[in-house]
Amino acid sequence: MSTEASGSGDAATATTPPMIKAESVDKYFGDLHVLKDIDLEVPRGQVVVVLGPSGSGKSTLCRAINRLEPIDSGSIEVDGEPLPAEGKALAALRADVGMVFQQFNLFAHKSIVENVTLGPVKVRKVSQSEARTTAMELLERVGIADQADKYPAQLSGGQQQRAAIARALAMKPKVMLFDEPTSALDPEMVQEVLDTMTSLADEGMTMVVVTHEMGFARRAAHRVIFMADGEVVEDSTPEDFFSNPKSDRAKDFLGKILTH
Amino acid sequence: MFDFLTEYDVLGAFWVTVQLTVYSAIGSLIWGTILAGMRVSPVPIMRAFGTAYVNIVRNIPLTLVIIAMSLGLYQTLNIALGGGTITTTNFRLAVLGFVLYTSTFVCESLRSGINTVPVGQAEAARALGLNFGQVLRMIVLPQAFRSVIGPLTSVLIALTKNTTVASTIGVAEASLLMSEMTENESDVIGLVFMVFAMGFVILTLPAGLLLGRLAKKAAVKR
Repeated sequence: MSTEASGSGDAATATTPPMIKAESVDKYFGDLHVLKDIDLEVPRGQVVVVLGPSGSGKSTLCRAINRLEPIDSGSIEVDGEPLPAEGKALAALRADVGMVFQQFNLFAHKSIVENVTLGPVKVRKVSQSEARTTAMELLERVGIADQADKYPAQLSGGQQQRAAIARALAMKPKVMLFDEPTSALDPEMVQEVLDTMTSLADEGMTMVVVTHEMGFARRAAHRVIFMADGEVVEDSTPEDFFSNPKSDRAKDFLGKILTH
Repeated sequence: MFDFLTEYDVLGAFWVTVQLTVYSAIGSLIWGTILAGMRVSPVPIMRAFGTAYVNIVRNIPLTLVIIAMSLGLYQTLNIALGGGTITTTNFRLAVLGFVLYTSTFVCESLRSGINTVPVGQAEAARALGLNFGQVLRMIVLPQAFRSVIGPLTSVLIALTKNTTVASTIGVAEASLLMSEMTENESDVIGLVFMVFAMGFVILTLPAGLLLGRLAKKAAVKR
């Protein structure tokens, strides 16, 4: 895997392992080969945007990184640790990997602040009061502190997604995975979520973002991965990818989304 | 017209019915929840046990289950469940039978409730680092219970009426007294039936109304 695309400011020293390292990963859904021999290294602090047509395997790749989708062969390492099998070790690894979903997936029977404190209290064993203080700071940061005691169904989609980001951040993750975070949102709510993500990227969080938001890819990404039919077709900087795509499939893809 | 009632302890008999129902309901709720947990667990052997248990026990007539408690467990295997007298032993055997049987219905109601909880919420909980037990306890079951209060109420009402089967092993609940009275008071047999029918309605109707209201209040907004 080429490292030329590494646009991150803080160069990792030779001894620190990459935050995410996938080697010859294969995944099938029945007969469908959704991930074909994927190799990917994400250094610390890098923001990687994964683009591609639907069905290209980009969401599956994102979900494979914290083993929500088990892979059939190959290996994935997070911060130098290979993904453990289902059990305590996997739960511990997931605690360090924040995940934001397309459908927000907030816990419907818990208030927003309870959603944010649940992980720290039950997994990190932080005290309730300390977790609440941190949660309120995070909710403040994503701009919905005034909604803390409401239930998810009472919030707009954009607010729910920002709450979901706060919930993931409350675990103090080493890396954040975003699986199409704005795809289920009304257009006018996309920006507030992207702003939250951009500020997170500016703070040096390692991020893997599956998205269709080209603006975000241009503005905040260090690197763009273009996937099609389960393969990484292009791996370059946003500038290169948008102005000078090499493969026909990427040209075709960009032609379709940038012209409307 | 109701003079004949003074010679019988109708309230006492219904009190036994209430006790049978309450103990069995609590036991069924606990064992049924454990069974539901088994049926959705990632461990194949637990899933297999849960499925086999529910499909076998649910399809045995309750009368057989209760008689098996008495003839099999007590008289053959001498398991008296710590009951000192024959009365307490029979009572406990009956409760155990009701729990074993009713829990299968609790389990299946709960499992349908578990299916109403979006998969994404369980995934989000796992992504936070919660283990299977925590996800079930903190995220899935609380929402599942709220969505099946209605079906569980039906199970509770059925259980209340099913306790009459305990009379087959001599537990002195309402229906045993009723059969005694229908023999002794055959001139007012219609009234006897009516008294006992009303007794059961009085027991089940308020529970149904109360739980119906609770179901509306507890519903999770989505």
